Amino acid sequence: MTTVYRKTKGLQDTPLHYCPGCSHGIVHKLVGEVMEELGIIDTTIAVCPVGCAVFAGNYFACDTIEAAHGRAPAVATGIKRTHPDQPVFTYQGDGDLASIGAAEIVHAAMRGEKFTTIFINNAIYGMTGGQMAPTTLIGQRATTAPLGRTKDLHGEPIRMAEMLSTMGGLVYAERVCVADVPNIIKAKKAIKKAFEKQMNNEGFTFVEVLCACPTNWGMTTLDANRWVKEEMAAYYPLGVIKEV
Amino acid sequence: MKKELWKGNEAIAEAAIRAGCDCFFGYPITPQNEIPEYMALRMPQEGRVFVQSESEVAAINMVYGAAASGKRAMTSSSSPGVSLKQEGISYLAATNLPAVIVNVMRGGPGLGSIQPSQADYYQATRGGGNGDYRTVVLAPCNIQEAVDLTQEAFDLADAYRTPVVLLADGMIGQMMEPIVWRDIPKRECPPKDWAASGRNGRDKNVFLTSLLIEAADCEAHNLELEKKYRAIAEKEARWQERETEDCEILIVAYGTPSRIAMSAVEQLREKGIKAGLFRPITLWPFPEQALRQLAQQERVKSVLTVEMSLGQMVDDVRLAVNGAKPVYFEGRSGGSIPTVKEIVDAAERAWKGGL
Repeated sequence: MTTVYRKTKGLQDTPLHYCPGCSHGIVHKLVGEVMEELGIIDTTIAVCPVGCAVFAGNYFACDTIEAAHGRAPAVATGIKRTHPDQPVFTYQGDGDLASIGAAEIVHAAMRGEKFTTIFINNAIYGMTGGQMAPTTLIGQRATTAPLGRTKDLHGEPIRMAEMLSTMGGLVYAERVCVADVPNIIKAKKAIKKAFEKQMNNEGFTFVEVLCACPTNWGMTTLDANRWVKEEMAAYYPLGVIKEV
Repeated sequence: MKKELWKGNEAIAEAAIRAGCDCFFGYPITPQNEIPEYMALRMPQEGRVFVQSESEVAAINMVYGAAASGKRAMTSSSSPGVSLKQEGISYLAATNLPAVIVNVMRGGPGLGSIQPSQADYYQATRGGGNGDYRTVVLAPCNIQEAVDLTQEAFDLADAYRTPVVLLADGMIGQMMEPIVWRDIPKRECPPKDWAASGRNGRDKNVFLTSLLIEAADCEAHNLELEKKYRAIAEKEARWQERETEDCEILIVAYGTPSRIAMSAVEQLREKGIKAGLFRPITLWPFPEQALRQLAQQERVKSVLTVEMSLGQMVDDVRLAVNGAKPVYFEGRSGGSIPTVKEIVDAAERAWKGGL
């Protein structure tokens, strides 16, 4: 008998709590596979956020520390500076990273901290029930923007990968999505490259993943993934944003 | 042993290095700037880590990351900056993480002044962040003690897996005094097998989190913390008594005001008033029993609390004295320092009031 597929050892054998159609499970799997392929499950230290991925330490097979809301890049700085030979990554959503933790991610990128950030951009606050995020698209409805986001009232959504790419300390930023198989394969390559560059001590590496939140978007999984590719990717272009 | 002249802030920084501090994370704020400045030069010399963070919020979270991965971590700041660290301190306490936080207190509230103050007593001793927790609070009254307590703070933190606050006022941070570098007895600290430092062959990962989403789990966790706090309260209370053997008026003060109060005790005794000084060294745990037993002595007529605040520790003094004797208060606020005369006058009033 040939094994054609098995669950990665980079993840624990724990049922995920995420909603049906949520992209977190796919991204977790990709990170787990990358850790397994690079042989770093035993050495990696992960930092998970406040938000839907707050329980990520129950899923990732590596040691994991749960940070206060938005502070994961500071927590990761404390870990990486004292464990320079071990891979460290943060896994953060858009409320965590682009709103309350904007200062921490900007300064981690500025300092060129040698860890990797996996940024889950689903254009909404998931855990708290669908409030507007800094990444919510113009016209998109949220519980705190019930008539839809407007440029006049809320400003334009923030493009984190582009913004952070202005920092000299950032050596690699790529935006990917996991809305279909070809894109999932690209996403995994990006995550792997980010870890490899980190392990080469090149600098700060950043992978933004456009993700679906069917529950809070009020869409079916199929519609949500279509919306990622058509609406989100139109504003947040996919591909390498910066590579040094 | 050879005496050396040291500035308080620099002495605290050097003491931390000698105590095996692996990493320091800090942000500029007066009057504690000499601590990060000293660390910026010395830590790399020792092959250790110094990072100037983007904010006090980031600094305490860098401490959190380093502590969670098993390192001896420290930050320092002054009052408004320590307010910003409260979120992180709450997380450290909740996650059973050891760390040392230095607060060189200045006048407040708000941006306040840059002169010495003790107005962060409530924040330090009550747990300034959210939730049911305590931090050990050590209050040095001179630079020798600041040095000794800094070394001890790291051991206390590791022994109990809890954040320890070194609560100094701006006077302690800024003045220079002769000190000796003496060996502080080291505590037996348990191995950090709980740290998230990489699985390294372990069967399962370590997941350090303070999220216990079920109320029953959160309560059970808090009861465990409470057990630890009770053990600390039983074993770690420290204080110093001077001229208390026959005293009729008992002055309670910590930090810089305790030294001014000691001058007042001497003057009062010259006037024929038998004054004594009770100086808490740990503010949490507060040396409640020792103070109660002293205050209950019949010869003690009244108690006077002196602080560089408008009255915060006096609450703990009242709780300890528990109505046995009248408790009076004398204090200055916003960076002003009580004079010997003010304390002598207040003690005389208290002495008359207590007779």
